[in-house]
Amino acid sequence: MKVQIDPQRCHGHGRCYTLAPALFGEDDEGYGQVIGDSAVPPDQEHAARLAASNCPERAIDLVEEA
Amino acid sequence: MTLDDRFTRDFRETRGDQPLGTRNEIVTGPVSDWATDFSHLEPEWAADPYPIQDDLRRRCPIAHTDRFGGGWLPTTYEDVAAIAYDTERFSSRSIIMSNFRPPRELAPVGGTPPISSDPPFHHDARKLLLPAFTKNAIAKREESTRALCHSLIDAFEGRQDVDAAHDYAQHIPMRVIADMLGFPPEDGPRFREFIENALEGINRPPEERMERMALLFDYLLAQIRDHVDNPRDDLTTYLINAELYGRKLEPAHVAGTMALLLIAGIDTTWSAIGASLWHLAKTPADRTRLVAEPELLPTAMEEFLRVYAPVTMARLVKEDMHWNGVDMKAEDWVLLSFPAANRDPAQFERADEVVIDREVNRHVAFGLGIHRCVGSHLARMELKIALEVWLERVPEFSLRDPAAVTWAAGQVRGPRTLPLRVTYA
Repeated sequence: MKVQIDPQRCHGHGRCYTLAPALFGEDDEGYGQVIGDSAVPPDQEHAARLAASNCPERAIDLVEEA
Repeated sequence: MTLDDRFTRDFRETRGDQPLGTRNEIVTGPVSDWATDFSHLEPEWAADPYPIQDDLRRRCPIAHTDRFGGGWLPTTYEDVAAIAYDTERFSSRSIIMSNFRPPRELAPVGGTPPISSDPPFHHDARKLLLPAFTKNAIAKREESTRALCHSLIDAFEGRQDVDAAHDYAQHIPMRVIADMLGFPPEDGPRFREFIENALEGINRPPEERMERMALLFDYLLAQIRDHVDNPRDDLTTYLINAELYGRKLEPAHVAGTMALLLIAGIDTTWSAIGASLWHLAKTPADRTRLVAEPELLPTAMEEFLRVYAPVTMARLVKEDMHWNGVDMKAEDWVLLSFPAANRDPAQFERADEVVIDREVNRHVAFGLGIHRCVGSHLARMELKIALEVWLERVPEFSLRDPAAVTWAAGQVRGPRTLPLRVTYA
Protein backbone atom coordinates (compact mmCIF):
# COMPACT_ATOMS: atom_id res chain seq x y z
CA MET A 1 0.00 0.00 0.00
CA LYS A 2 1.06 3.55 -0.74
CA VAL A 3 -0.30 6.87 0.54
CA GLN A 4 -0.43 10.21 -1.15
CA ILE A 5 -1.77 13.68 -0.28
CA ASP A 6 -3.44 15.86 -2.88
CA PRO A 7 -1.89 19.27 -2.12
CA GLN A 8 -4.79 21.00 -3.89
CA ARG A 9 -7.22 19.53 -1.39
CA CYS A 10 -5.12 19.64 1.79
CA HIS A 11 -5.89 22.65 4.00
CA GLY A 12 -3.80 21.71 7.02
CA HIS A 13 -6.38 20.17 9.35
CA GLY A 14 -3.60 17.85 10.50
CA ARG A 15 -5.70 14.76 11.10
CA CYS A 16 -3.19 12.63 9.12
CA TYR A 17 -0.08 13.58 11.06
CA THR A 18 -2.00 13.26 14.32
CA LEU A 19 -3.48 9.83 13.60
CA ALA A 20 -0.55 8.38 11.63
CA PRO A 21 2.60 10.24 12.71
CA ALA A 22 4.84 7.52 11.28
CA LEU A 23 3.47 8.18 7.80
CA PHE A 24 2.73 11.91 7.73
CA GLY A 25 4.34 15.09 8.97
CA GLU A 26 3.53 18.78 8.74
CA ASP A 27 5.36 21.42 6.75
CA ASP A 28 6.21 24.92 8.04
CA GLU A 29 2.65 26.08 7.38
CA GLY A 30 0.86 23.06 8.81
CA TYR A 31 0.05 21.29 5.54
CA GLY A 32 0.37 17.52 5.56
CA GLN A 33 3.32 15.78 3.94
CA VAL A 34 4.03 12.13 3.30
CA ILE A 35 7.17 11.00 5.12
CA GLY A 36 9.68 9.00 3.10
CA ASP A 37 8.83 7.10 -0.07
CA SER A 38 5.05 6.82 0.58
CA ALA A 39 5.18 3.03 1.00
CA VAL A 40 3.11 1.89 4.00
CA PRO A 41 4.67 -0.87 6.14
CA PRO A 42 2.14 -3.61 7.02
CA ASP A 43 1.97 -2.53 10.66
CA GLN A 44 0.96 0.99 9.56
CA GLU A 45 -1.90 0.02 7.27
CA HIS A 46 -4.54 0.58 9.92
CA ALA A 47 -3.11 4.01 10.73
CA ALA A 48 -3.08 4.88 7.02
CA ARG A 49 -6.75 3.95 6.67
CA LEU A 50 -7.60 5.94 9.79
CA ALA A 51 -5.84 9.02 8.41
CA ALA A 52 -7.58 8.73 5.05
CA SER A 53 -11.03 8.19 6.53
CA ASN A 54 -10.71 11.11 8.94
CA CYS A 55 -9.42 13.74 6.52
CA PRO A 56 -12.23 16.31 6.28
CA GLU A 57 -11.01 17.39 2.83
CA ARG A 58 -10.67 13.84 1.43
CA ALA A 59 -7.13 14.77 0.43
CA ILE A 60 -5.53 11.40 1.19
CA ASP A 61 -5.46 8.56 -1.30
CA LEU A 62 -4.51 4.99 -0.48
CA VAL A 63 -3.12 3.06 -3.40
CA GLU A 64 -3.40 -0.67 -2.89
CA GLU A 65 -0.72 -2.60 -4.70
CA ALA A 66 -1.54 -5.75 -6.59
CA MET B 1 15.07 54.24 15.88
CA THR B 2 12.65 54.99 13.05
CA LEU B 3 9.22 56.09 14.03
CA ASP B 4 6.43 53.82 12.78
CA ASP B 5 3.92 56.49 11.78
CA ARG B 6 1.25 54.03 10.61
CA PHE B 7 -0.33 54.04 14.05
CA THR B 8 -0.35 57.73 14.99
CA ARG B 9 -3.95 58.39 13.86
CA ASP B 10 -6.92 56.92 15.71
CA PHE B 11 -9.02 54.40 13.81
CA ARG B 12 -12.00 56.61 14.77
CA GLU B 13 -10.54 59.39 12.58
CA THR B 14 -9.69 57.23 9.58
CA ARG B 15 -13.03 55.44 9.57
CA GLY B 16 -14.66 58.65 8.26
CA ASP B 17 -12.74 58.21 4.99
CA GLN B 18 -14.38 54.87 4.23
CA PRO B 19 -17.58 54.19 2.29
CA LEU B 20 -20.69 53.32 4.28
CA GLY B 21 -22.29 49.92 4.42
CA THR B 22 -25.99 49.12 4.35
CA ARG B 23 -28.31 48.62 7.29
CA ASN B 24 -31.66 46.89 7.54
CA GLU B 25 -34.55 46.99 9.96
CA ILE B 26 -33.85 44.94 13.10
CA VAL B 27 -36.45 42.20 13.63
CA THR B 28 -36.51 40.31 16.93
CA GLY B 29 -39.03 38.17 18.76
CA PRO B 30 -40.38 34.64 18.50
CA VAL B 31 -39.87 32.82 15.20
CA SER B 32 -43.15 32.04 13.38
CA ASP B 33 -41.77 29.21 11.19
CA TRP B 34 -38.12 28.15 11.24
CA ALA B 35 -38.26 27.37 7.50
CA THR B 36 -39.20 30.92 6.52
CA ASP B 37 -38.32 33.13 9.51
CA PHE B 38 -35.26 31.59 11.22
CA SER B 39 -33.13 33.51 13.69
CA HIS B 40 -30.07 32.06 15.40
CA LEU B 41 -30.33 34.81 18.03
CA GLU B 42 -33.61 33.73 19.61
CA PRO B 43 -33.57 31.86 22.94
CA GLU B 44 -35.16 28.71 21.49
CA TRP B 45 -32.20 28.30 19.10
CA ALA B 46 -29.63 29.06 21.80
CA ALA B 47 -31.18 26.51 24.16
CA ASP B 48 -31.25 23.64 21.63
CA PRO B 49 -30.76 24.25 17.91
CA TYR B 50 -30.39 20.60 16.92
CA PRO B 51 -34.07 19.55 16.70
CA ILE B 52 -34.71 22.69 14.64
CA GLN B 53 -31.84 21.88 12.26
CA ASP B 54 -32.90 18.23 11.97
CA ASP B 55 -36.45 19.26 11.13
CA LEU B 56 -35.27 21.78 8.51
CA ARG B 57 -32.93 19.21 6.95
CA ARG B 58 -35.89 16.88 6.44
CA ARG B 59 -38.36 19.41 5.08
CA CYS B 60 -36.40 22.21 3.25
CA PRO B 61 -33.39 21.61 3.39
CA ILE B 62 -32.41 25.27 2.86
CA ALA B 63 -34.35 27.60 5.18
CA HIS B 64 -34.90 31.30 4.58
CA THR B 65 -35.45 34.39 6.71
CA ASP B 66 -36.37 37.98 5.95
CA ARG B 67 -34.62 39.02 9.16
CA PHE B 68 -31.11 40.50 8.89
CA GLY B 69 -32.10 41.90 5.50
CA GLY B 70 -32.53 38.40 4.08
CA GLY B 71 -30.61 35.16 4.50
CA TRP B 72 -30.43 31.40 3.96
CA LEU B 73 -29.67 28.45 6.19
CA PRO B 74 -28.54 25.26 4.44
CA THR B 75 -28.68 22.25 6.75
CA THR B 76 -27.14 19.34 4.81
CA TYR B 77 -23.47 18.42 4.88
CA GLU B 78 -23.39 18.50 1.09
CA ASP B 79 -24.70 22.08 0.81
CA VAL B 80 -22.51 23.39 3.62
CA ALA B 81 -19.44 21.82 2.00
CA ALA B 82 -20.35 23.16 -1.45
CA ILE B 83 -20.65 26.72 -0.13
CA ALA B 84 -17.46 26.50 1.92
CA TYR B 85 -15.58 25.51 -1.25
CA ASP B 86 -17.30 28.02 -3.54
CA THR B 87 -15.43 31.26 -2.84
CA GLU B 88 -16.35 32.50 -6.34
CA ARG B 89 -20.04 32.90 -5.60
CA PHE B 90 -20.00 33.31 -1.81
CA SER B 91 -17.93 36.10 -0.27
CA SER B 92 -16.39 36.20 3.22
CA ARG B 93 -16.56 40.02 3.26
CA SER B 94 -18.60 39.68 6.42
CA ILE B 95 -18.66 36.42 8.33
CA ILE B 96 -21.05 37.46 11.08
CA MET B 97 -24.70 37.60 9.98
CA SER B 98 -26.06 40.86 11.36
CA ASN B 99 -28.19 43.86 10.44
CA PHE B 100 -25.29 45.60 8.75
CA ARG B 101 -23.49 44.72 5.52
CA PRO B 102 -20.07 46.29 5.16
CA PRO B 103 -19.46 48.12 1.85
CA ARG B 104 -18.58 45.96 -1.16
CA GLU B 105 -15.39 47.99 -1.55
CA LEU B 106 -14.11 46.26 1.60
CA ALA B 107 -13.57 43.04 -0.40
CA PRO B 108 -11.26 41.23 -0.91
CA VAL B 109 -9.57 42.24 2.38
CA GLY B 110 -12.53 42.65 4.74
CA GLY B 111 -12.38 44.07 8.25
CA THR B 112 -10.62 41.15 9.95
CA PRO B 113 -8.24 39.47 7.48
CA PRO B 114 -7.82 36.67 6.60
CA ILE B 115 -11.18 35.31 7.82
CA SER B 116 -12.98 38.21 6.10
CA SER B 117 -10.87 38.00 2.93
CA ASP B 118 -11.58 36.52 -0.48
CA PRO B 119 -9.08 35.15 -3.03
CA PRO B 120 -6.52 36.06 -4.12
CA PHE B 121 -5.70 38.37 -1.18
CA HIS B 122 -6.86 35.75 1.32
CA HIS B 123 -4.06 33.32 0.52
CA ASP B 124 -1.31 35.86 1.17
CA ALA B 125 -2.82 37.26 4.37
CA ARG B 126 -3.38 33.74 5.71
CA LYS B 127 0.16 32.63 4.84
CA LEU B 128 1.48 35.26 7.28
CA LEU B 129 -0.32 33.57 10.16
CA LEU B 130 0.14 29.87 9.40
CA PRO B 131 3.68 29.32 10.80
CA ALA B 132 2.66 30.57 14.26
CA PHE B 133 -0.28 28.14 14.37
CA THR B 134 1.18 24.83 13.21
CA LYS B 135 0.81 21.83 15.47
CA ASN B 136 4.53 21.92 16.27
CA ALA B 137 4.50 25.64 17.09
CA ILE B 138 1.46 25.20 19.33
CA ALA B 139 2.95 22.19 21.13
CA LYS B 140 5.41 24.57 22.78
CA ARG B 141 2.49 26.06 24.71
CA GLU B 142 1.26 22.76 26.07
CA GLU B 143 3.23 22.87 29.30
CA SER B 144 2.15 26.39 30.27
CA THR B 145 -1.46 25.58 29.36
CA ARG B 146 -1.35 22.51 31.60
CA ALA B 147 0.05 24.61 34.47
CA LEU B 148 -2.72 27.18 33.90
CA CYS B 149 -5.43 24.49 34.04
CA HIS B 150 -4.00 23.14 37.30
CA SER B 151 -3.86 26.63 38.81
CA LEU B 152 -7.52 27.25 37.91
CA ILE B 153 -8.53 24.05 39.72
CA ASP B 154 -6.23 24.87 42.65
CA ALA B 155 -8.19 28.11 43.03
CA PHE B 156 -11.57 26.40 43.55
CA GLU B 157 -10.46 23.04 44.93
CA GLY B 158 -12.43 22.14 48.01
CA ARG B 159 -15.63 23.79 46.79
CA GLN B 160 -18.43 21.35 46.00
CA ASP B 161 -20.21 23.74 43.66
CA VAL B 162 -18.28 25.00 40.66
CA ASP B 163 -19.33 26.83 37.51
CA ALA B 164 -17.19 25.04 34.94
CA ALA B 165 -17.88 27.62 32.22
CA HIS B 166 -17.15 30.63 34.37
CA ASP B 167 -14.48 29.33 36.77
CA TYR B 168 -12.59 27.08 34.35
CA ALA B 169 -13.33 26.93 30.62
CA GLN B 170 -13.38 30.64 29.80
CA HIS B 171 -10.01 31.41 31.38
CA ILE B 172 -8.02 28.91 29.35
CA PRO B 173 -8.32 30.34 25.82
CA MET B 174 -8.43 33.87 27.21
CA ARG B 175 -5.03 33.58 28.88
CA VAL B 176 -3.44 31.61 26.06
CA ILE B 177 -4.40 34.08 23.34
CA ALA B 178 -3.53 37.09 25.55
CA ASP B 179 -0.11 35.54 25.99
CA MET B 180 0.30 34.89 22.25
CA LEU B 181 -0.70 38.47 21.38
CA GLY B 182 1.31 39.94 24.26
CA PHE B 183 -1.67 41.56 26.03
CA PRO B 184 -1.83 41.98 29.83
CA PRO B 185 -3.42 38.82 31.31
CA GLU B 186 -5.54 40.93 33.68
CA ASP B 187 -7.40 42.43 30.68
CA GLY B 188 -9.41 39.19 30.30
CA PRO B 189 -12.72 40.67 31.48
CA ARG B 190 -12.47 43.40 28.83
CA PHE B 191 -12.00 40.77 26.09
CA ARG B 192 -15.23 39.21 27.29
CA GLU B 193 -17.08 42.50 26.64
CA PHE B 194 -15.56 42.89 23.16
CA ILE B 195 -16.54 39.37 22.24
CA GLU B 196 -20.04 39.61 23.61
CA ASN B 197 -20.62 42.68 21.45
CA ALA B 198 -19.13 41.19 18.29
CA LEU B 199 -20.88 37.82 18.46
CA GLU B 200 -23.97 38.05 20.65
CA GLY B 201 -24.97 41.72 20.52
CA ILE B 202 -26.03 41.41 16.88
CA ASN B 203 -29.53 42.84 17.36
CA ARG B 204 -28.46 45.90 19.37
CA PRO B 205 -28.89 49.34 17.74
CA PRO B 206 -26.12 49.89 15.15
CA GLU B 207 -24.80 53.04 16.83
CA GLU B 208 -24.28 51.12 20.04
CA ARG B 209 -22.56 48.24 18.24
CA MET B 210 -20.27 50.64 16.38
CA GLU B 211 -19.32 52.46 19.57
CA ARG B 212 -18.52 49.16 21.28
CA MET B 213 -16.52 48.03 18.27
CA ALA B 214 -14.63 51.32 18.41
CA LEU B 215 -13.71 50.56 22.02
CA LEU B 216 -12.16 47.28 20.88
CA PHE B 217 -10.12 49.08 18.23
CA ASP B 218 -9.09 51.78 20.76
CA TYR B 219 -7.81 48.98 22.95
CA LEU B 220 -5.97 47.27 20.08
CA LEU B 221 -4.39 50.56 19.01
CA ALA B 222 -3.10 51.14 22.54
CA GLN B 223 -1.57 47.64 22.49
CA ILE B 224 -0.04 48.25 19.04
CA ARG B 225 1.52 51.54 20.14
CA ASP B 226 2.94 49.91 23.24
CA HIS B 227 4.47 47.19 21.05
CA VAL B 228 5.88 49.76 18.60
CA ASP B 229 7.69 51.36 21.57
CA ASN B 230 8.59 48.06 23.24
CA PRO B 231 8.86 45.28 20.64
CA ARG B 232 8.73 41.73 21.98
CA ASP B 233 8.46 38.14 20.84
CA ASP B 234 4.70 37.89 20.31
CA LEU B 235 2.10 38.04 17.55
CA THR B 236 1.47 41.77 17.90
CA THR B 237 5.10 42.67 17.23
CA TYR B 238 5.14 40.04 14.48
CA LEU B 239 2.16 41.66 12.72
CA ILE B 240 3.59 45.16 13.12
CA ASN B 241 6.77 44.03 11.36
CA ALA B 242 5.19 41.66 8.84
CA GLU B 243 5.36 42.49 5.15
CA LEU B 244 3.07 41.72 2.25
CA TYR B 245 3.90 42.59 -1.36
CA GLY B 246 7.15 44.25 -0.25
CA ARG B 247 5.67 46.63 2.30
CA LYS B 248 4.45 46.64 5.87
CA LEU B 249 0.79 45.88 6.47
CA GLU B 250 -1.89 48.56 6.41
CA PRO B 251 -2.72 49.67 9.96
CA ALA B 252 -6.31 48.40 9.56
CA HIS B 253 -4.93 44.99 8.54
CA VAL B 254 -2.72 44.76 11.65
CA ALA B 255 -5.57 45.74 13.99
CA GLY B 256 -8.17 43.68 12.08
CA THR B 257 -6.10 40.51 12.35
CA MET B 258 -5.51 41.15 16.05
CA ALA B 259 -9.26 41.60 16.53
CA LEU B 260 -9.84 38.32 14.72
CA LEU B 261 -7.34 36.39 16.85
CA LEU B 262 -8.75 37.84 20.05
CA ILE B 263 -12.41 37.26 19.23
CA ALA B 264 -12.15 33.96 17.37
CA GLY B 265 -9.64 32.53 19.82
CA ILE B 266 -11.68 32.80 22.99
CA ASP B 267 -15.44 32.13 22.72
CA THR B 268 -14.94 29.21 20.40
CA THR B 269 -12.61 27.13 22.57
CA TRP B 270 -14.41 28.22 25.72
CA SER B 271 -17.54 26.76 24.13
CA ALA B 272 -15.85 23.52 23.10
CA ILE B 273 -14.41 22.90 26.58
CA GLY B 274 -17.72 23.81 28.23
CA ALA B 275 -19.88 21.68 25.93
CA SER B 276 -17.59 18.66 26.46
CA LEU B 277 -17.78 19.02 30.25
CA TRP B 278 -21.57 19.53 30.02
CA HIS B 279 -21.88 16.27 28.08
CA LEU B 280 -19.69 14.36 30.54
CA ALA B 281 -21.55 15.82 33.53
CA LYS B 282 -24.85 14.43 32.24
CA THR B 283 -23.45 11.16 30.81
CA PRO B 284 -21.82 9.18 33.64
CA ALA B 285 -21.01 6.20 31.39
CA ASP B 286 -18.85 8.35 29.08
CA ARG B 287 -17.29 10.19 32.02
CA THR B 288 -16.24 7.04 33.89
CA ARG B 289 -14.95 5.45 30.68
CA LEU B 290 -12.74 8.47 29.91
CA VAL B 291 -11.43 8.57 33.47
CA ALA B 292 -10.55 4.87 33.17
CA GLU B 293 -9.22 5.12 29.59
CA PRO B 294 -7.51 8.51 29.20
CA GLU B 295 -5.93 7.29 25.94
CA LEU B 296 -9.41 7.47 24.40
CA LEU B 297 -9.60 11.23 24.94
CA PRO B 298 -8.20 12.31 21.53
CA THR B 299 -10.90 10.23 19.81
CA ALA B 300 -13.67 11.31 22.19
CA MET B 301 -12.68 14.93 21.78
CA GLU B 302 -13.22 14.76 18.02
CA GLU B 303 -16.71 13.42 18.68
CA PHE B 304 -17.46 16.33 21.03
CA LEU B 305 -16.24 18.68 18.30
CA ARG B 306 -18.55 16.99 15.81
CA VAL B 307 -21.68 16.86 17.86
CA TYR B 308 -21.28 20.16 19.74
CA ALA B 309 -19.37 22.10 17.04
CA PRO B 310 -19.34 25.61 18.49
CA VAL B 311 -18.85 27.65 15.33
CA THR B 312 -21.19 28.71 12.54
CA MET B 313 -19.79 31.00 9.83
CA ALA B 314 -21.58 33.29 7.38
CA ARG B 315 -21.11 34.31 3.76
CA LEU B 316 -22.61 36.95 1.49
CA VAL B 317 -24.05 35.95 -1.90
CA LYS B 318 -22.15 37.79 -4.64
CA GLU B 319 -24.72 37.84 -7.47
CA ASP B 320 -28.37 36.82 -7.98
CA MET B 321 -28.50 33.11 -8.75
CA HIS B 322 -30.56 29.96 -8.60
CA TRP B 323 -28.69 27.69 -6.21
CA ASN B 324 -29.71 24.13 -5.26
CA GLY B 325 -33.40 24.89 -5.65
CA VAL B 326 -33.60 28.37 -4.15
CA ASP B 327 -33.35 31.89 -5.61
CA MET B 328 -30.54 33.67 -3.85
CA LYS B 329 -30.14 37.42 -4.30
CA ALA B 330 -26.92 39.40 -4.28
CA GLU B 331 -26.11 40.47 -0.71
CA ASP B 332 -28.25 37.74 0.90
CA TRP B 333 -26.58 36.18 3.91
CA VAL B 334 -25.84 32.47 4.08
CA LEU B 335 -25.46 31.01 7.53
CA LEU B 336 -22.85 28.30 7.11
CA SER B 337 -23.81 25.88 9.86
CA PHE B 338 -20.98 23.45 10.55
CA PRO B 339 -23.02 22.12 13.50
CA ALA B 340 -25.91 21.22 11.16
CA ALA B 341 -23.53 19.60 8.65
CA ASN B 342 -21.99 17.54 11.46
CA ARG B 343 -25.37 16.00 12.32
CA ASP B 344 -26.45 15.12 8.79
CA PRO B 345 -27.41 11.40 8.79
CA ALA B 346 -26.49 11.20 5.09
CA GLN B 347 -22.87 11.84 6.12
CA PHE B 348 -22.58 10.31 9.62
CA GLU B 349 -23.86 7.03 11.00
CA ARG B 350 -25.83 7.49 14.22
CA ALA B 351 -25.50 11.22 13.55
CA ASP B 352 -27.54 12.31 16.55
CA GLU B 353 -25.73 10.07 19.04
CA VAL B 354 -22.55 10.85 20.93
CA VAL B 355 -20.22 7.92 20.21
CA ILE B 356 -16.99 8.66 22.07
CA ASP B 357 -15.01 5.91 20.34
CA ARG B 358 -16.16 6.86 16.82
CA GLU B 359 -13.23 5.86 14.60
CA VAL B 360 -14.26 7.50 11.34
CA ASN B 361 -15.11 11.13 11.99
CA ARG B 362 -14.83 13.47 9.07
CA HIS B 363 -16.48 16.35 10.95
CA VAL B 364 -16.26 19.94 9.82
CA ALA B 365 -16.13 21.75 13.16
CA PHE B 366 -13.16 23.77 11.89
CA GLY B 367 -14.65 24.40 8.46
CA LEU B 368 -13.60 23.20 5.03
CA GLY B 369 -11.51 24.62 2.22
CA ILE B 370 -9.33 27.71 2.21
CA HIS B 371 -10.83 29.18 5.40
CA ARG B 372 -10.09 26.14 7.61
CA CYS B 373 -9.83 27.58 11.13
CA VAL B 374 -6.27 28.88 11.40
CA GLY B 375 -6.36 28.23 15.15
CA SER B 376 -7.55 24.62 14.94
CA HIS B 377 -4.29 23.17 16.29
CA LEU B 378 -4.38 25.67 19.16
CA ALA B 379 -8.03 24.88 19.91
CA ARG B 380 -7.36 21.13 19.90
CA MET B 381 -4.36 21.53 22.20
CA GLU B 382 -6.35 23.66 24.65
CA LEU B 383 -9.36 21.34 24.56
CA LYS B 384 -7.22 18.23 25.10
CA ILE B 385 -5.21 19.67 28.00
CA ALA B 386 -8.30 21.24 29.61
CA LEU B 387 -10.19 17.93 29.58
CA GLU B 388 -7.15 15.84 30.58
CA VAL B 389 -6.40 17.99 33.63
CA TRP B 390 -10.08 18.26 34.60
CA LEU B 391 -10.67 14.49 34.46
CA GLU B 392 -7.48 13.83 36.42
CA ARG B 393 -8.33 16.33 39.18
CA VAL B 394 -12.15 16.16 39.11
CA PRO B 395 -13.09 12.61 38.09
CA GLU B 396 -16.66 12.85 39.41
CA PHE B 397 -19.07 15.61 38.50
CA SER B 398 -22.69 16.12 37.60
CA LEU B 399 -25.06 18.93 36.66
CA ARG B 400 -26.29 20.67 39.79
CA ASP B 401 -29.42 21.88 37.99
CA PRO B 402 -29.78 21.07 34.28
CA ALA B 403 -32.20 24.00 33.85
CA ALA B 404 -29.61 26.46 35.19
CA VAL B 405 -27.21 25.84 32.29
CA THR B 406 -27.24 28.79 29.87
CA TRP B 407 -25.97 28.81 26.28
CA ALA B 408 -24.63 31.64 24.16
CA ALA B 409 -26.86 32.65 21.26
CA GLY B 410 -25.54 33.52 17.82
CA GLN B 411 -22.80 32.00 15.72
CA VAL B 412 -20.65 30.66 18.56
CA ARG B 413 -22.61 28.35 20.81
CA GLY B 414 -21.50 26.90 24.11
CA PRO B 415 -22.39 26.95 27.82
CA ARG B 416 -21.91 30.30 29.56
CA THR B 417 -23.20 29.09 32.95
CA LEU B 418 -22.44 25.48 33.85
CA PRO B 419 -23.12 24.80 37.55
CA LEU B 420 -21.62 21.47 38.59
CA ARG B 421 -21.47 19.41 41.77
CA VAL B 422 -17.91 18.03 41.87
CA THR B 423 -15.77 15.51 43.76
CA TYR B 424 -12.00 15.86 43.67
CA ALA B 425 -9.47 13.07 43.15
